[in-house]
Amino acid sequence: MTTAVAPETDIVPTTVAPAIELKGISKAFGPVQANKNISISVKPGTIHGIIGENGAGKSTLMSILYGFYKADRGEIFIHGKKTDIPDSQAAIRAGIGMVFQHFKLVPNFTVLENVILGAEDGPLLRSSLNKARGVLKQLAAEYELHVDPDAIVENLSVGHQQRVEILKALYRQADILILDEPTGVLTPAEADHLFRILDNLRSEGKTIILITHKLREIMKSTDTVSVMRRGEMTATVKTSETSPERLAEMMVGRKVLLHVEKQPASPKDPVLEIENLRLVDDKGVERLKGISLNVRAGEILGIAGVAGNGQSELLEVLGGYADATGTVRVNGQSIDLTGKHSDGQSRRARGIAHVPEDRHREGLIMPFTAWENTIFGYHRDPKIQSGPLMNNAAIKAEAAAKMERFDVRPPNPKLAARNFSGGNQQKIVLAREIERNPDILLVGQPTRGVDIGAIEFIHQQIVRLRDEGKAILLVSVELDEIFSLSDRIAVMFDGQIMGERLPSETNEKELGLLMAGITDTANAAMPASPMAMTETELQEAAEAEPTSDAEAVPSATEAETAAESPDQEQAAAEEVPPPEPSPAGEDEPVEEFSTAPVSAPDGIPSIDTGSIASLSASIPMSAPSAPPPPTKTEDPEEGDKNG
Amino acid sequence: MDFATLLQVLDSTIRLATPLLLACLAGLYSERAGIFDIGLEGKMLAAAFFSAAIASITGDVWMGLGAGILASMALSVLHGLASITFRGNQLISGVAINFLAAGLTVLIAQDWFSQGGRTPSLIGEGRFGPITLPGAEAAAGIPIIGPIYAELISGHSILVYVAFLMVPLTWWLMFRTRFGLRLRAVGEAPEAVDTAGVSVIGLRYVAVGICGILCGIAGAYLATALQAGFVKDMTAGRGFIALAALIFAKWRPWYALYACLLFGLLQAIALRYQNIDLGAFIVPVQFMDALPYILTVVILAGFVGKAIPPRAGGEPYVKER
Amino acid sequence: MDKMPGWADAVLVPLISLILAAILSALVIIGIGEDPIAAFNLMVDGALMRSSGWGYTLYYATNFIFTGLAVAVAFHARLFNIGGEGQAMIGGLGVALACLYIPWPNWYVALLGATVSAAIFGALWALIPAYLQAKRGSHIVITTIMFNFIAAALLNYVLVNLLRPQGAMDPATAKFPEATHLPTFQDMFSTATAPMFRGAPANVTFFLALLACVFVWVLIWRTRLGYEIRAFGHSESAAKYAGISPVKITIVAMLISGALAGMMALNTTMGEAERLVMNATEGAGFIGIAVALMGRSHPLGVLLAALLFGFLYQGGAELALWTNIPRELIVVIQALVILFTGALDNMVRMPLEKLFLARRRKA
Repeated sequence: MTTAVAPETDIVPTTVAPAIELKGISKAFGPVQANKNISISVKPGTIHGIIGENGAGKSTLMSILYGFYKADRGEIFIHGKKTDIPDSQAAIRAGIGMVFQHFKLVPNFTVLENVILGAEDGPLLRSSLNKARGVLKQLAAEYELHVDPDAIVENLSVGHQQRVEILKALYRQADILILDEPTGVLTPAEADHLFRILDNLRSEGKTIILITHKLREIMKSTDTVSVMRRGEMTATVKTSETSPERLAEMMVGRKVLLHVEKQPASPKDPVLEIENLRLVDDKGVERLKGISLNVRAGEILGIAGVAGNGQSELLEVLGGYADATGTVRVNGQSIDLTGKHSDGQSRRARGIAHVPEDRHREGLIMPFTAWENTIFGYHRDPKIQSGPLMNNAAIKAEAAAKMERFDVRPPNPKLAARNFSGGNQQKIVLAREIERNPDILLVGQPTRGVDIGAIEFIHQQIVRLRDEGKAILLVSVELDEIFSLSDRIAVMFDGQIMGERLPSETNEKELGLLMAGITDTANAAMPASPMAMTETELQEAAEAEPTSDAEAVPSATEAETAAESPDQEQAAAEEVPPPEPSPAGEDEPVEEFSTAPVSAPDGIPSIDTGSIASLSASIPMSAPSAPPPPTKTEDPEEGDKNG
Repeated sequence: MDFATLLQVLDSTIRLATPLLLACLAGLYSERAGIFDIGLEGKMLAAAFFSAAIASITGDVWMGLGAGILASMALSVLHGLASITFRGNQLISGVAINFLAAGLTVLIAQDWFSQGGRTPSLIGEGRFGPITLPGAEAAAGIPIIGPIYAELISGHSILVYVAFLMVPLTWWLMFRTRFGLRLRAVGEAPEAVDTAGVSVIGLRYVAVGICGILCGIAGAYLATALQAGFVKDMTAGRGFIALAALIFAKWRPWYALYACLLFGLLQAIALRYQNIDLGAFIVPVQFMDALPYILTVVILAGFVGKAIPPRAGGEPYVKER
Repeated sequence: MDKMPGWADAVLVPLISLILAAILSALVIIGIGEDPIAAFNLMVDGALMRSSGWGYTLYYATNFIFTGLAVAVAFHARLFNIGGEGQAMIGGLGVALACLYIPWPNWYVALLGATVSAAIFGALWALIPAYLQAKRGSHIVITTIMFNFIAAALLNYVLVNLLRPQGAMDPATAKFPEATHLPTFQDMFSTATAPMFRGAPANVTFFLALLACVFVWVLIWRTRLGYEIRAFGHSESAAKYAGISPVKITIVAMLISGALAGMMALNTTMGEAERLVMNATEGAGFIGIAVALMGRSHPLGVLLAALLFGFLYQGGAELALWTNIPRELIVVIQALVILFTGALDNMVRMPLEKLFLARRRKA
């Protein structure tokens, strides 16, 4: 596992011209080299995976192939012919179709209208619509791509919307299909369906490029796979000749041991007690389904989970900018969850500090100076007022001192926040929240988009706060961060707490199963490597009476979860697919790691990335919690009831 | 109110609704493509002046119409440049265009005609005259239907018929043609249009161009058909009433017709009667003047059927993957 | 990193925009057969070379300071208040009612009372659009436009049907009582031997406008409320995180904006006409947009831009008097300023940013 992997070559036979061949593609955005001298060759009639961490340059490469960006250098060959792709139209002409991560559909148009848009047969719509109706019918039969042609797109489920995107490409007679992170927004059943469609397309001779950071998808569906890292193509291998572990290693490049020096926790009384917390969003989807947790003084409770399973909503409720029902007590006194006294100001007054998940959208006002940002949220504190005015001189002096203590570079309080690197921005937020001496610190994704030097510092600060006897609730999608910081770990899935574990008594595999919504970790047949787990195996594991083994999960949470009304659950599942991952979690702006001296993309290099990456990213794909309507019986709630 | 008076009020409604309708449809094309346009007023004003000026100089109202359209188009291009090419604020650009027209028309009028910012009165071929539809005179004798045909439907200038024909034409263009499909798409989800290989910028310029043509006709109608010549600020807020009508119509062609007829009726009533005595209380004329705006605010507030503008409206398109 | 230094953004961009507007205006003047340099000299002569010229320049500037500040405060909360005109009209109504129906002992108490009244009336006129934006998501630009027209109709009704003195023909109120007449610059600065600002309408309200600049500066950069307004204007999502209520900020910012616009009527109605007439606002509400854009929403910038527009208005009046150039030239210049500093901002900014980037790379 530790040996460097040399790029493997000679996998494309030279007899057939490759469907796509890229030679020496380079692309820079300002000082950031997004693609460096990339060459790749894809055989027709195959599925080729491109894997890499967020920010590795996959999407940029595909955008070049689809004419969205112009490469600085390099050549593109389609079926052996050198092709210029200055715009999307040229790409379409060359037979390339693209399914974007964020769909490019007109929401209030019908499926038919979306399909013909830009590919109409003549100036009048009628004939185009009629023709498209026929073609769609045929494609539906051929590839399992069934969608009601007259449905309005915004009323369709995400999975169906994606089918519309594929239909759009096929309608334009694309024979090369690029899919950018196609499963990020799909339910497991929808994802399975998608892979069946892709299989069908391949057997019809279409060439497919699948961009993903999920190892399991690569292993399951591709013929060949290329690995990208920091803008470079590090290897191209046959899928059958590699393993998830090797791919993970190539993705990350090196191992960085994340170790945080800390003494065992000595937790005291609970400071933050959460009971039966529920949140229904404006679309009517239940995002929190009865969360119960408590955090004690002097401990770090880590919330593990795949992005989009309710962690953000939990932080928003506790941070005071989302309404919820249930009970939350701080130091024994319950706090308002709706109404006037449930806003961020009230929370801060109760001693809850919050380092939000997204510092660009929430934690900082980017055009504000650093010193102005050091009081953001606390600007009503009487201590920094002099009469009716704000005592700017005092705030500036205090800000300079804070920046010194938190090693913010450059230590210039007058600089606008947007001019700091990601790590230094995060230190400004952390300094602001920690130095208020809160009773409770909520921390979301503390090291996302942060350079390695700063990660260590930030982790130390969090531990130091714990040692001062504060209660810390940590949310992170990075399992290794959860492991190295937490004194206790709770796993969230689909708006529920699946279980709590002590770091010393669990491992990544067990947490991974919990993150996939599988609670029967003791009895589930544990395969040697979760990567090797097939679809059916996972389903079997899930169907083995998910929540019946109560001893394994000694928390009150489970009772809450089990009491959940199955009707409600079904209604939610029918209407909307499971929560989408937050877009912020996907692609951090490229500048993010440009300014940092030591840079790391979002996905922090982690211990034994092979298994972690696969667990956190791949297993939820087949998680059985929120299936689309026809397969309701897989629902864990339902299973419990029946059992 | 007797039948003859009713006919007169309705006749006046049609004439007053025409410029509103043209401007409203102009705004419809632009806003459906995602370009907000509060510069309808300015474009109409510029067109009104140039059409009257050229018609008065050449004595040919058609030349005037052409000049009016060109003037309005020029301002449209400016709006396009600011809001499409340079991705500026569309609202601010609209404000600037209104002032530009208000200032330039008087400035040039004074320079060309030295009549205190007006053009000479148009006579003869310099104006659009009424058209008598076939059989109107013969039909006039028939009770009820006869006068309706002869006085209400027949006897307007050609531009009135153009305006009313634009409604079905616009509907057809918007909902039955490739162009309309793309135009509506670009106002809702420009990224979908872009990835489909169609130029967002091109479509938006075309939409803004059509908006210019229709505003040009609207302005020309004001100065060469409704009235005989240009006077300072002669649009008198009609561009904004048209904007209100567009919102009232929820950006749909047929509703635009109804909204403009309603607002035209309000103007006609306000013109004919100063204060309306309803017995219990008197409706002041100023209330009638303000009614289109009040109704629009009520609609905007969403208390009666919320008006949802095109989703990408007002936002410059920036390519993103 | 920022693409260009702060001073370039604050000074250079508006300056270049102004120069572009000036060049185009000169072309317009040439187009109508006049000499732009002579015209400019005439404007300077008429607006700045005599105290009476200054008296007019400062009178106009007073209007524009108020309306410019009104637009600027709303801009800070990322709200485009295009309704300054209507708010000023209704503010005028507030001034008239206060002056006509309350027996004030002397002018300064009257000014205080009328200021409060104008501010309240203007603020209330901005309240409904603000509420609709905050609570119902109705676009504030459209609603404030609509409210301008509604204000005009309302004022028309009130003047014609309610406040017009018996027998009077023009739609205006009666003359305000003597005690409410404000001292003009002529009253304040003339000495027995040297009359100053003779006949000019500039009056004590100018100093009120200067106070308003200071007030807005303090509000925006020195108070919690200003901090919240700016934070909300930059990022609504961050404002929510910090516990800043979007509804509250939208409404409060618009109330302040409307109050400032309403106070503009003090100058024209109480200071100059001494009665409320139909067109008391003289379009100042819209000029406020140009002033705020050019002044980069900073009170100092607003003050300078208002002085510039005051100069243009007085100079334009002089031009209309002595040459064949109508006053509408000013409207054209105003349009060009709005166009370049507002809508075509990127046209000026993009090349500048490139220039600065290239220079930095070299350094």
